[in-house]
Formats: sequence, C-alpha cells, structure tokens
Amino acid sequence: MSRHEMGEKTLLIIPPVILIATLGCLEFITRMEILPSLFFPPPTVVVSTLYRMTTEGALLEHLAATVTRLLTGFVLGGIPGMILGMMMGWSLPVRRIFDPFIAALHPVPKISSLPIIMIIFGIGFVSRTIVVAVASFFPMLINTMAGVRQIHPIYFDVAQNCGASRLQVLRRVVLPGATPFILAGVRLGLNVSLSISLAVELLLADKGIGTLIWMAWQTLRIEELYATIVTAAAVGISIRLFVQFLLSRFVPWDSKTRT
Amino acid sequence: MSFECRNLAVTYKTQSGGLEALTDVSFTVSKNEFVCLLGPSGCGKSTILKIVAGLLDPTAGEVIFQTQGTNGKPLNAMVFQEHGVFPWMNVLENVAFGLEMRGVGRQERNEISHKFIERVGLAHFEQSYPHELSVGMRQRVSIARAFVNDPEILLMDEPFGSLDAMTKLVMMEELLRIWSAEKKQVLYVTHDIEEAILLGDRVLVMTGRPGRIREDIRIPLPRPRDLRDRDKAEIIEIKEHIWTILEEEVRSSLEGSQ
Repeated sequence: MSRHEMGEKTLLIIPPVILIATLGCLEFITRMEILPSLFFPPPTVVVSTLYRMTTEGALLEHLAATVTRLLTGFVLGGIPGMILGMMMGWSLPVRRIFDPFIAALHPVPKISSLPIIMIIFGIGFVSRTIVVAVASFFPMLINTMAGVRQIHPIYFDVAQNCGASRLQVLRRVVLPGATPFILAGVRLGLNVSLSISLAVELLLADKGIGTLIWMAWQTLRIEELYATIVTAAAVGISIRLFVQFLLSRFVPWDSKTRT
Repeated sequence: MSFECRNLAVTYKTQSGGLEALTDVSFTVSKNEFVCLLGPSGCGKSTILKIVAGLLDPTAGEVIFQTQGTNGKPLNAMVFQEHGVFPWMNVLENVAFGLEMRGVGRQERNEISHKFIERVGLAHFEQSYPHELSVGMRQRVSIARAFVNDPEILLMDEPFGSLDAMTKLVMMEELLRIWSAEKKQVLYVTHDIEEAILLGDRVLVMTGRPGRIREDIRIPLPRPRDLRDRDKAEIIEIKEHIWTILEEEVRSSLEGSQ
C-alpha cells in the first residue's frame, strides 16, 4: 500500500471520527448537566426522538413535502437559469443585454420577494414553489455562464475546422465543456433551494420540515426542534452525494472533479 | 489541387492605431507538396494557417484554391498547437469527431478511426481520456483526427512544439511515414530550423513582425527522408544559410522592442 492510499483512507475515516467524538462529548456534557439538557438534549435523545417522529409522527410526510418543493422549485428555476446562462456565456451581445439585470436582481434576498409573489400568485403552493425557483435560478445561471466562458477558445476553432454546425458545437463543445461548472451550480442551487424551502415553510406552509421546526418551537419541544434540524442536514448530505454521483457519471474525463 | 495565398495582410486594431501582423504574404503550394513556414515567434506564421483554414479573415488579400471538387471531403484539417483534443471525449471520439460532424454513421466512422489510431500507435488507448495521456500521445490523437478527416490540405501549427527533442524526432518520422502513405499537401508552421528542413520540400523563411516571406528555399533532399541524415553536409549548409537570415531578423526585432 502506497503512502498516498494510506492518506486517502485516513481522510475517509477522519470526518466520522470527528462526528462521533463531538457527539460523545455533547452526550457527556448534557447528561452531566454541564449544559442544561432542557435546552441541549443529549444526542441519543435526539436520535430516539427522530425514531419516534418517524414511526408515530408524520416526519416522513413533512420530509416528502420539503423535498418535493425543493426539487420542483429547482427544476422550474434551474433549467431556465442554465439555458440563459449558456446563451450569456456563448454570445457576447446576449451577455451585454442581460448582465445589468442579473447584477441588479441577484443580490436581492429571494425570501423578501415572497410577499410580492403572494400578491400575484396567492398564498398557496404556487407562490411557495416560485420563490424557491427564483432562488435556484441565479446560481445555475451564473455557474453555467462561467462554465461556458472558461472553455478554451481553441475548442471552438477545432469544432469549426471540423465543420461543426452551431447545434453540434452546443451539444459536443459548449454543454460538455461547461458540465463541471453546471454541476457546481446544481450543488449550490439545490442547497439554496433547501434553505429557501425551509424559510418559506417557517413562514407559511402547512407541511414541511420548516413547518415542523416552527411547530416544535411554538410547543417548546426542544428535542423535536433538534431532530428536525438534523433531518434538514440529512437532506443537505443527500444533495452532496447526488451531485457526487452526477460528477462521476457525466464528468469522468476531468481528473480535478475527484474528491 | 493546389492553393495560392495572394498578398495576404492582417492588421489588428489596437488603442494606439493598427498593429501590422502580416504584410504582403504571397506563396503557392502545389500538389502533394510539404511546405514549412519558418520564422521567429510573433511573426504571424499561425495567423497565415488560420487564414488558410478559414478561421480568420485577412485584412487584405485572398487565398485561392484550385480543386476539382472535394467529393464531400473537407478542404482542410488543422492540427493545433496544444489543447487541440477535447478533454471530454475519449481517444476514439476525438479522432472520429470530424466524421461525426459530417454525419458519417457510428460504425463507419469507428472503422476509419481504428485504422488511423493504430497507425499513430494508440490502439490500446481508444477508450482513454486525454488527461490520462502524455502530451505526445495527445498530439498523436490530433494528427490521427486530421488524417481521418481526409482533407485536401493538412495545416499543422507547431504540432510538436511542446515535446522534448527525442519524442519530437520520433513523431516527425511517424508523420512523414503516414504522410507518404496518404499524400496530401501540408502547410507546417514551426520555429525550429532543423525540423523545417527535415520535413519540408520547401521552407518559407519569414521576417519578424510585420511578417513577410523573406526567402523561399527548396530543400534538395530525396524522399523518403531519413532523419538520421541530419548531420549531412548539405543539410548543415542550408541550416547555416537560414540561420544567417533568421539571426538578422531576430536581432532587429529585439532591437525594435527595446
């Protein structure tokens, strides 16, 4: 076994070790009441609460609601973002035209547009999804644009020299060349979608992880509060693993994307 | 098939007016001829290639192609300096790219590509991605792709510029071997005097910027060439002659930039 492989293995082990050590410490500190267990429930209590909420309560139903909202919003916002980003990356005139608007709209906190969207679309599912869509639009757009722009100009010359049409250049050069950046955008976009979904649910939804967090707060069930936050974190890890899968599937050619 | 460059000139617009990159470049390349463009860096050699390839429009002048129809084959194929292979395609896809763009079916284009991949010695690497290959192997992919396209004219832009001296000699020999089997006219850009003499039927020596053709030298060596002959008296004589011209050009361009 080479030293490099040893390093790889050690790196794989370190995060779980840190996690278990931290949880162990927390368990000890809260069980000994060094930190009040009323406000800081021991990890084992959080785990058993999670189990109870899954089996007796409706945790999975709420989780499904959040994931549906997050994915629907991401698809509705991310795909247009990707398409516009691709056009802006490829064509200077298109970039010149849209760039000022993007620059102006991007920094606006998306959750603050919720009241306006509710005035237009009502307070139902549509409004909640649209806010998520708007939020995931920007990271996808900006990453895709950057991804197209970093493609070495020589590849366009090669394609032209081989007689490629615009559509062929799009399919064989622009799209694959920008894929690593697009997938970075997917990761950012999904995480933003998750945050905004939770925020929307905290504010007004009747179902979702955010709703559960709010309900736990209002009834002061602290251990449920923690359990729902752990659930949200699990969604975050799933996003990471999903993007990892997409990378190995679509970018096997880039040695830099291995983690 | 032959082609002629007539009074090509390129001027780039800059903030302080125009930058003359090329001026009054005229030459003819006849059937099956291997012509090398040799000159100091920045003299516009690659610019000439891009104009012949149709990737760049000259400010003045024109390229005239005399051909009896190309039967759907491309007029030219270019081997780029570096980065000429797509990192997201494996060797086979890269080599077959031109055929794919022309709408040749998968089976046929793979068959044609196999042949040339074998000829450049990459038979075991068809499924490899460029990042798994050495720089020299990547250039072979570029060369195979150009030959697979089966163009009338092969344009090569310092294809071996980034290789070490030994690999370069081997690659030059391979290129000559493939070229003698698939006769085409070649326009080959380099800044290596010996490389130009060993490969070319003619060497066009260029001046510093703005680039012009200073001398058109016929290389009287028989084909097939043996690159072991590079210490022969006649080659050394030509080398010295070219170096006298180029040294002057390089010196004056150095002085001009001070």
